Amino acid sequence: MAETILEIDNLTSGYQVKQGRVEAVKEVSFKLGSGEFLGIAGESGCGKSTLAYSILKLLEDNGQIFSGSINYGGQNLATLSDKAMKKVRWSKISMVFQSAMNALNPVITIKEQLLDAMYAHRPGLKEKEAIARAKELLELVNITPDRLYDYPHQLSGGMKQRIMIAMAMILQPDIIIMDEPTTALDVVVQRNIIEKIGDLQEKFGFSIIFITHDLSLLVEISDRLAIMYAGRLVELGNAEEIYKNPAHPYTEGLMASFPPLVGEIKEVGGIPGKPPDFFKLPTGCKFEPRCPYAFARCKKENPEFKSYDSSGRLARCFLAGEER
Amino acid sequence: MIQDTFKLFVGNKKALVGLTIFLIFLIIAIFAPIIAPYEIRQSSDEDGQFPMRAEPGGKHLLGTSHAGYDIFSRLIHGTRLTLMVGIITGTISTFVALTVGLLSGYLGGRADDFLSFINNIFLVIPSLPLIIVIASYITMRGIMPIILVLSLTGWAWGARVIRSQVMSMREREFVQVAEVLGESTLVIIFREILPNIISLVMVTFFTSTMAAVIGQATLEFIGLGNMAAVTWGTMLYWAQNNAALLYGAWWWFLPPGLFIGMLGASFALMNFAIDEISNPKIRKR
Repeated sequence: MAETILEIDNLTSGYQVKQGRVEAVKEVSFKLGSGEFLGIAGESGCGKSTLAYSILKLLEDNGQIFSGSINYGGQNLATLSDKAMKKVRWSKISMVFQSAMNALNPVITIKEQLLDAMYAHRPGLKEKEAIARAKELLELVNITPDRLYDYPHQLSGGMKQRIMIAMAMILQPDIIIMDEPTTALDVVVQRNIIEKIGDLQEKFGFSIIFITHDLSLLVEISDRLAIMYAGRLVELGNAEEIYKNPAHPYTEGLMASFPPLVGEIKEVGGIPGKPPDFFKLPTGCKFEPRCPYAFARCKKENPEFKSYDSSGRLARCFLAGEER
Repeated sequence: MIQDTFKLFVGNKKALVGLTIFLIFLIIAIFAPIIAPYEIRQSSDEDGQFPMRAEPGGKHLLGTSHAGYDIFSRLIHGTRLTLMVGIITGTISTFVALTVGLLSGYLGGRADDFLSFINNIFLVIPSLPLIIVIASYITMRGIMPIILVLSLTGWAWGARVIRSQVMSMREREFVQVAEVLGESTLVIIFREILPNIISLVMVTFFTSTMAAVIGQATLEFIGLGNMAAVTWGTMLYWAQNNAALLYGAWWWFLPPGLFIGMLGASFALMNFAIDEISNPKIRKR
C-alpha cells in the first residue's frame, strides 16, 4: 500500500438522543493510502454515513465524536477547532453528497456556484482564472463548458452529479468522500459516473472513500473494501479477495444479495432478520442473531477484529479463514 | 439581472398592465408641476374666481372643491406625496423585514429568540390604534413623521414570513453544501438564500407599500396626518369634511379613492410576474 494519508484510530462517534447515546460508529480503525480507492459498504443504518460525516466533522447538532482520532497531515481532526477545520474541509478533504438533485442551488447558475466554491477558499482569485478553471473541470467530467451558464433544472440527474464531482475536485483535495453518490441514478448512469470517477482518480491521484449499500458497485472499482455492521468494521481487505472469498458471514450474505455479473446465475439470497437496534445490541458477536453459522461461543464473546491470515485481511469472526 | 427582470414584466401580459399603470403613476408623480394645470391652492386665474363645487368639464377636468380648488391639479400633486410616502415606507419596512427575517431565520438560537421576541411584540400590537396614538403625539410637519410611524408598524408581518421561509431554506441541501464548502455566513445568506426568496421580498415590498398608502390615507382621513399637505388621503378628508357626499360632488372623493385602488391593482398585477423572477424553472425560454 502507498503512503498513508489518513489514519482513523479507534473512532467512536454517534448521536445523543432521548433514550441515550447511540454509537453509530464504534471503535473503527483503518488507514487510507494516498491514491487509494476504499469502498465502505453496509446496510442502511450501519453507521457508514456517520463515519463519513465524522471525518469531516459534519455531524448533526446532536452528533459528536466520542473518542478516537482522525489523523490527517499531522493533525488530529477529531480535536481540531471549527476554524482550523474550515481550512481542511473542501480544500483538503471534500465530499460528494448523496442527492445531487438538491445539492445545487436551483436559482443560480452552475458558473456562479462553482466560482463561489473557489472564492470561499481563494479570495484573491481573478474571475477570468476562476471561469477558466470551472470550464476545465466541466470538461473533465464530460460536460460541455457552455453548460456553465445553465441553471440546475436544465441539466439531467447524471450531469448534476458530475457537477458535484467537479465541485468536489475544484480545490484539488487529497481525499474525496463520496456518500452514495450514485444512489438516486439509474444503473446506466451509475456505471458512467463510477467509470468517470475511476478515470479522474487515475489522472489526479486523490484518494477516495466511497460509501454505498450497493456492494456490486464497489467490488469492481475499489482497491480495498471495508464492510460495516452495527457501527463496527466486520471485514477489511483487498476488494478482489473479499469478493472471491468473503471471510465474514455478513459479507457473504451481502455478496449473495445481488446476482453475479459474469458466470452462472445462482439464486439470489439475502440476509435473514433485521438490521440491529443500537439500543439492544447482542452481548456477543453483533451479527450472531442473523448468522447462519453461529455457535455457542458467538453468543458470549465478541470476536476481535484481527488478521487471520498472512494477506493482511481483517475480519471480525471466530470462523474467519476456516472452512464453514 | 435587471434586464431579465424587465423582460419578464414585459413578457407577462398581466404584469405588463400592472407595470404600465405603475409607471404612469410614477410619471405623474415626477412631472406633477408640469402636468397639473393649476397650483394646489389656486382658486382664481386671470379670468377671475373659480366656481365652487363645479362639475367636471371645461376649465376643470375634474371639477372644483368647496374653495374652488381644481381637483385634477390636486390629484396630480397628491400623487407625488402619496407615492413618495408609500415607496419610502415600503422600502424601509421591507429592508427591516428582510434584515430581521434573514438573520432570525438563518442564525437561529439566541439571535432568533431575541429578534422573534421583538417581532412578536410588533405582530400582536394592533397597528392602527398604535399609529393613531403615535401620530397624535408627534406634531405632523412634513412627511417624515408619517413615514416613521408607518415603517415602525409595517415590518413585522414581512419579517415573520421571510423568517419562516429562510428557516426552511437553511435546511436545504445546497445551503448545507455551502456551509461545508466553507462559505461565510454573509455569502450564504445573500448568495444562496436571498435569490431563492426574492419573489417573497418583492411581495413584501408591494404589500408594505400598499399598506403604507392605505395607512397614510386612513390617518389623514381621520385628520391625524399633515393636513397642510395635499395627498389622496387629505383630499378624501376635505371632501368628507365639506360634505362632498351630501352635495353629490362625486368628482371630489371618487378620483382619489380610484387612484388608491388602481395603485393596489397595479401591484397585484405585477405580482403575477414575480414568481418567474426568482424561479428560473418556470421562466419561458
